[in-house]
Amino acid sequence: MLYALAVFAPLAGAAVSGLLGRAIGDKAAMGASILGMVIAAICGPLAFFTLTAGDASAGVLDLGSWIEAGRFHVDWALRYDTLSAVMVAMVSFVSMLIHVYSVGYMGHDARPRYRFFSYLSLFSFAMLMLVTANNLAQLFFGWEGVGLCSYLLIGYWYDRPSACAAAIKAFVVNRVADLPFAVGLALIFFKFGSIEFAVIFPAVAQHAADTYHLFGHNYSAIEVIGFLLFIGAMGKSAQLGFHVWLPDAMEGPTPVSALIHAATMVTAGVFLMARMSPLMEYAPVALGFVAFIGGSTALFAATIGCTQFDIKRVIAYSTCSQLGYMFAAAGVGVYQASVFHLITHAFFKALLFLSAGSVIHAMSDEQDMRKMGGLARHIPITCAVMWIGNLALAGIPPFAGYWSKDAIISATWAAHSGIGVYAFICTVLAAFLTAFYSWRLLFMTFHGQSRADHHVMEHVHESPWVMLVPLIALACGAVFAGWALDNWFIGAGWPSFWNGSIYNGQHNHVIENLEHVPYIVELLPLIVGLAGIALAYVMYIANPLLPVRMAQAFGPVYRFVFNKWYFDELYAVIFVRPAIRLSRLLWQVGDVTIIDGVPNGLAELTTDSSRQVVRIQTGSLAVYAFVMLIGVVVLVGVFMLTVML
Amino acid sequence: MNAVTNAAGFPILSLITWLPLVGCAVIMGVRGDEEAVASNARWTALWTSLIVLALSLVLWVDFDPSDPGFQFNEHMTWLPDFKVGYSMGVDGISVLFVLLSTLLTPICILSAWQAIHTRVREFMMSFLILETMMVGMFCATDFVVFYMFFEGVLIPMYLIIGVWGGPRRVYAAVKFFLYTLTGSVLMLLALIAMWLHAGTTDIYTLMHTPFSGHMQFWLFLALFASFAVKVPMWPVHTWLPDAHVEAPTAGSVILAGVLLKMGAYGFLRFSLPMLPEASAYFAPFMFTLSVVAVIYTSLVALAQEDMKKLIAYSSVAHMGVVTIGIFTFNVQGISGALFQMLSHGIVSGALFLIVGVVYDRIHTREIARYGGLGDRMPAYSLIFMLFMMASIGLPGTAGFVGEFLVIIGSLQVNFWLALLGGMGMILGAAYMLFLYRRIIFGRITRDDLRNILDLTPREWAVFAPLIVLTLWMGIYPSSFTSYWDATVGQMVQQHTAALMHTTKLAGMVH
Repeated sequence: MLYALAVFAPLAGAAVSGLLGRAIGDKAAMGASILGMVIAAICGPLAFFTLTAGDASAGVLDLGSWIEAGRFHVDWALRYDTLSAVMVAMVSFVSMLIHVYSVGYMGHDARPRYRFFSYLSLFSFAMLMLVTANNLAQLFFGWEGVGLCSYLLIGYWYDRPSACAAAIKAFVVNRVADLPFAVGLALIFFKFGSIEFAVIFPAVAQHAADTYHLFGHNYSAIEVIGFLLFIGAMGKSAQLGFHVWLPDAMEGPTPVSALIHAATMVTAGVFLMARMSPLMEYAPVALGFVAFIGGSTALFAATIGCTQFDIKRVIAYSTCSQLGYMFAAAGVGVYQASVFHLITHAFFKALLFLSAGSVIHAMSDEQDMRKMGGLARHIPITCAVMWIGNLALAGIPPFAGYWSKDAIISATWAAHSGIGVYAFICTVLAAFLTAFYSWRLLFMTFHGQSRADHHVMEHVHESPWVMLVPLIALACGAVFAGWALDNWFIGAGWPSFWNGSIYNGQHNHVIENLEHVPYIVELLPLIVGLAGIALAYVMYIANPLLPVRMAQAFGPVYRFVFNKWYFDELYAVIFVRPAIRLSRLLWQVGDVTIIDGVPNGLAELTTDSSRQVVRIQTGSLAVYAFVMLIGVVVLVGVFMLTVML
Repeated sequence: MNAVTNAAGFPILSLITWLPLVGCAVIMGVRGDEEAVASNARWTALWTSLIVLALSLVLWVDFDPSDPGFQFNEHMTWLPDFKVGYSMGVDGISVLFVLLSTLLTPICILSAWQAIHTRVREFMMSFLILETMMVGMFCATDFVVFYMFFEGVLIPMYLIIGVWGGPRRVYAAVKFFLYTLTGSVLMLLALIAMWLHAGTTDIYTLMHTPFSGHMQFWLFLALFASFAVKVPMWPVHTWLPDAHVEAPTAGSVILAGVLLKMGAYGFLRFSLPMLPEASAYFAPFMFTLSVVAVIYTSLVALAQEDMKKLIAYSSVAHMGVVTIGIFTFNVQGISGALFQMLSHGIVSGALFLIVGVVYDRIHTREIARYGGLGDRMPAYSLIFMLFMMASIGLPGTAGFVGEFLVIIGSLQVNFWLALLGGMGMILGAAYMLFLYRRIIFGRITRDDLRNILDLTPREWAVFAPLIVLTLWMGIYPSSFTSYWDATVGQMVQQHTAALMHTTKLAGMVH
């Protein structure tokens, strides 16, 4: 009951504020939306704690039948196990804080705010439906639902062309990945006869040897499924190749970025891997691919993060990179660590985005870090919480990120596989870059000399308490979450904590080996992290001219990275422009000229020939000509029939 | 009439079919000045269609979903010497399409309330005749009766486009008529051939009459020519955008909502059960055309500058998904196809109404003339968003279920069929979001848009049932699929059995 309330209260809030917003007024609508979220934020964690304390047992809350067609059958249902409950607790709590923060942040927006709050609540609802799904179809419902809400929120300021473009980009890029995902669901149904988790999971072992014919070869069906599902996850979680929508997503208001990057949306892919762990464990090749993409994305996105000047863009690429870590962990079979990082990351990434919002708020909507600097004195609380967020992100003990990130890096080492080593190298290098760009951000924003013009500086002010309180709450999470949860998520307590909701294969002992990695491996992330901070200090405080000189010295490399490895330009050349050109070609040449040309030509032929006839005989014969045509058809047809019968 | 099999106890199908003609006669008898005639015609048409709708709800309630066969059967001898009878009945496949027709007719009449102001009486009469033809076609269980209704639909539709249409209405109407008639000629041939072979035109008997493989081959092609034009399948689809663009809003709604379903219905009613081997033989051919339709017309939709044309092209793509589903020959595929037909009927009808709303105000369909309507028309934007999302298959709306089931059904046939057939998911999102952006988003730049008004109560009344249905079909679709589950199950079973008992068609052709 608590659980269902946690899921549906946001929906109720969204409906009231969205549909009745104009009738009941802006304040009341906002109140309804926040009330729904507060209820969720109370019920969600409560449901989680009662489950882990053993006061409630895992189960399924059936809500009714959804789709039925022959053997195909799915229900609306809420799955109640540790994995779902921990996600519900995190999503509802973080989302509630973002709602509260938005009251202050959107305070000066010219438009009525009920629409914004309705979308926020709907977003949370879609994510909650996703994580509580008991079958893949409902998961897909939530999956597409967060896609819709991200579209609505990224394009919230719909009078800005850039926001509209970013919104469409986010939705369409996600859709590209959703199609293979949907096909993967179909393949699961084809092989298992159901897409209910309760049917699939026990049957995976029996189907382990099944093959599926593709590209002229027989592949393991489970592997194919694993790949298809992971492509879906890549889209939603913005992994290498599908990442292009995420940085643009910051066109939306800042609380939206916090929601997308922390609680809802991008974590869906990581959750999918953990949820489908009983299946993924039988797809070693697909898992290797997961680890490869994860490690690559972690490093790739971190390089871009080091060169960007927009404060939100730096944090956006950092999300991309951190998601890479999570997939790297999933790829080596330690889903527990990936979910652990997902949770801690949710706290500190929400914190970072919201405090960036606070900075932007203070700077009169300036986002370029080159025009900031020296803000620490003016907005001390924001500065303090942002330090905490970055300490957590960079993995400095005892902050949250240290526990989970360290575990992932250890896991890639402990996997003792080729792909594990690759992921290990990528994640360690990325850890160095992470620390570097985090402190680059801090130094450029809060320290050194101010580079803003004095009009802006005169208006710099600390944010109101309605924004600061959520920041402080998240900061507490960023400090303590790792330390508090470590034992349960990946430490000695994990088997009883997860209680079977995450599956590790019989030969997968990586999680047990986490504690037995060499001491230097455990220490390495911290060392490179401190090195990154030191480098940032040298470049941005000690010698502020160095970055410019380095950019000039490494011109081509710098431009390549600064322009985000030219992915957008590449896609425009390969996909977008050809598609537009092709669509015009098909229309004008295919439809208008060729396909329409035939009947129109026939018609002209008829009129022409009739004109010829008219010269000989008076009277319009166009109609007769057509009748004759029909007559010929009938004659030929009758002839054919008689021959046939 | 066989009273035992008729749950309603009276010839309800005939009543639903012919009642609109009674209303038509009433309208014909109206006298007075032009204004009074128009008003009377509107109200009479609306009430007639509402009564028909109420009557058809009896079918909804009394239909027994567990019975896979025809129900509410009626039979009258008509041409006994030729064994042609007037017989009617509905099964799980047709019953909901009767309801779709009777639902969309009052909605269309209501939507044309002010939009049509010349020859109102004739317009309303055309619409009621159209309703008779549509309902009769879905109820007919005799091929000759079916054929007459099937062709009869053309006449009122031809008039609606040709009289009340846009500037190029005559070209569009003639194109529409010629295209569909050419196909029909071949269907008539098929009808005669089947009658010669089986000695009757009763559909149930024909379903259980084996045709030789050779004959099936030719019959399939003849029927294909007719149905493919109606669907419309690529490459015989170009009549549709022209017809839609020129037709008045109400005409477009009924064209997209019901008339496009006639082709797919024909495949399900005739080709599949009567010609199982030929259907199996031609399935790859059908898949190819359908996949081309999905990708090709979606791309063409992307380039459109006219709102109606864009939605018309999207219809072709959506119907491509339907034809894929039908020829998968499994329950999920056919069930998905049927669901897609229903949902497309509701959603694309609603989208044409959406276009109609702004067309009535600004009198242009050119996308570039709009922009920034979100500020002035929040309710309109919300409803537009809902139907757009339904059109691109967002789960929780009507559009998702059909598309998803077809993907599931088609994967059982072939991986690439599922993947390429599903391309509409991506391209559909692209062209619809692009359309929405150009109309709703952005800033208002044109003066005539600054004072544009949001939905009127009459327009709310038009949209309300469609909104409810779109969400209902998305959230609780099993209340619809349950109607045809038994029928489709039996159809698939018989199809499989028929294929097993006969040798492959390919061997017989040569």
